[in-house]
Amino acid sequence: MKKLILGLAAAVVAAAAVPAVAQDKIKACFLYVGSKTDGGWTQAHDVGRQQVDKELGDKVETSFLENVAEGPDAERAIERLARSGCAIIFTTSFGFMDQTVAVAAKFPDVKFEHATGYKTAPNLTTYNSRFYEGRYIIGQIAAKMSKTGVAGYIASFPIPEVVQGINAFVLGAQTINPDFKLKVIWVNTWFDAGKEADAAKALIDQGVDMLTQHTDSTGPMQVAEERGIKAFGQAFDQIQAGPTAQLTAIVDTWGPYYVKRIKMVLDGTWKGGESSWDGLAEGILTMAPYTNMPDDVKAMAMETEAKIKSGELKPFTGPITKQDGTVWLKEGETADDATLLGLNFYVKGVDDKLPQ
Amino acid sequence: MGIAESILLTIATAATPLLIAAIGELVVERAGVLNLGVEGMMVMGAVCGFAGATVTGSPWLGVLAGIAAGAAFSLLFAFLTLSIAANQVATGLSLTLLGLGLSGMIGESFVGTAGNKLSSLAIPGLSDIPLVGRLMFGQDPIFYLSILLTIGVMWFLFRTRTGLTLRSIGDNHGSAHALGIPVIFYRYLAVMFGGACAGLAGAHLSLVYTPQWVENMTAGRGWIALALVVFASWRPLRVLAGAYLFGAVTIGQLHAQALGLGIPSQLLSSLPYLATVVVLVIISRNRRLTMMNTPASLGRAFVPDR
Repeated sequence: MKKLILGLAAAVVAAAAVPAVAQDKIKACFLYVGSKTDGGWTQAHDVGRQQVDKELGDKVETSFLENVAEGPDAERAIERLARSGCAIIFTTSFGFMDQTVAVAAKFPDVKFEHATGYKTAPNLTTYNSRFYEGRYIIGQIAAKMSKTGVAGYIASFPIPEVVQGINAFVLGAQTINPDFKLKVIWVNTWFDAGKEADAAKALIDQGVDMLTQHTDSTGPMQVAEERGIKAFGQAFDQIQAGPTAQLTAIVDTWGPYYVKRIKMVLDGTWKGGESSWDGLAEGILTMAPYTNMPDDVKAMAMETEAKIKSGELKPFTGPITKQDGTVWLKEGETADDATLLGLNFYVKGVDDKLPQ
Repeated sequence: MGIAESILLTIATAATPLLIAAIGELVVERAGVLNLGVEGMMVMGAVCGFAGATVTGSPWLGVLAGIAAGAAFSLLFAFLTLSIAANQVATGLSLTLLGLGLSGMIGESFVGTAGNKLSSLAIPGLSDIPLVGRLMFGQDPIFYLSILLTIGVMWFLFRTRTGLTLRSIGDNHGSAHALGIPVIFYRYLAVMFGGACAGLAGAHLSLVYTPQWVENMTAGRGWIALALVVFASWRPLRVLAGAYLFGAVTIGQLHAQALGLGIPSQLLSSLPYLATVVVLVIISRNRRLTMMNTPASLGRAFVPDR
């Protein structure tokens, strides 16, 4: 009997000790809009999460919810994460913005970070990547490599982030060939391999010989490979889909940012209400190896990349003319972040009408 | 290859999976069963087709794997709705949800691996005829299969005794049962045929259309196929017309955008749906004929009373 009581007591102590151990580790949680193996946007975030596991595994436990639809459903998902004891929650899609704001108000002790949005709170920050810096580089490469002088751009939705990318691509291309033209197709989806591939075929049939996309599947890269033209990968290194087609890819590299922010939570220096918008210089954005191009083009691309990193070159620096012919930025003038985050017009050279 | 030829080829590729899945569902619905799980069976066909081709190295075995996966997956639906008379709408919807989830799990290790493309035919001489050569003699084998399938289903439904029996089950399963026709048995076969077709359509996506596997790669095509069947008032030739019209308008609107015509892209993107619905409603406007073509027992559970 005495043994039994002792045993029970030991079990109780052990049971009580388990949560105590677990409390030493904080929980970092991630909300994904797609599947963690989508080969694009969400996978790039998950690679970042895995880096947290690797570097901070002894202090942090990560978890995630994938395939969460944008909109009202997301609020329940975020709330579930908040209730499950997450110390910090990263919501990784633009469409989670209002839901993240709502849940953040209900859980003042939990820290929230929302990707690519613009609403903050005392316990909510936003983070974003200057994808357009990479687009400027690939625009230059496209203009150098193109024989027809026309590139094709498969776009998802007319939001500022996508418009920035299109404009930066054209501005980059025009530094090499002032008459360079860009054809744009809006597929009105982030992810439909078949439709993206059809758009790629339509663009190629109309004479483009450089292809780039702001959608998430490798469909267009495969078409480029099949039709023997060149293309640029998006969000993730897509070299497997286009071994002879991919020139480079704009790779989202969220890992270092996640590690940095979670460390700040651990040592108590994390602050809400901030917005961070990093780029090539901070390494949140990297370029996949430059391949399938002559050495001089490669050298030019690397030089541009270095200049953007050092801050010597800012893609949105005047003189820049809008599509309608009016002046946007005068000589030497640089667009501020607020303008860029609300960008809703094309620069000259885009062969498309921006959907409003 | 000229631009017109290239556009026509692209349209055929876009229409083929819709046509195959819709023809399969047409047979299912003609037997009086409403299977809303087309999207789920299609995505299972896509992942198993891709996996089969990657593991064996043969795209043809992949196609077979896709067909088998679609048929096997539909058996689950058949058991639930036919053997234990569960609600068809709810079961079909859950089949779609299950298929999307399960395919993601099966396909996890195949994401990002290079696909095996089912190569197109190339008949020396014939395939090189300008404009129509590639179109008639140089496409992927599944394209020809889809046309044969449409003709075969037309012949089967309206020219054979078994087809007549199948349609009679769809119109009145009670009477068919009273006549001694094995209703459940016929329906099992019809559902499995629908599943096999959906699986083949999925395999077309992952082995021909875009030879790769990514989660949710069907992207709603199963639902479009379902809608095509209804708007085509359960007639195979109209399904064919609808699938090609949808494909043509889809590709046409992409070209209109690339030309920079300045038409709002949201309007253009909705055109395939609008055009297909309008055209099919117009050709099906004869109310009496449409009523005649609608399987009267569609979606109703059958429980033999003796």
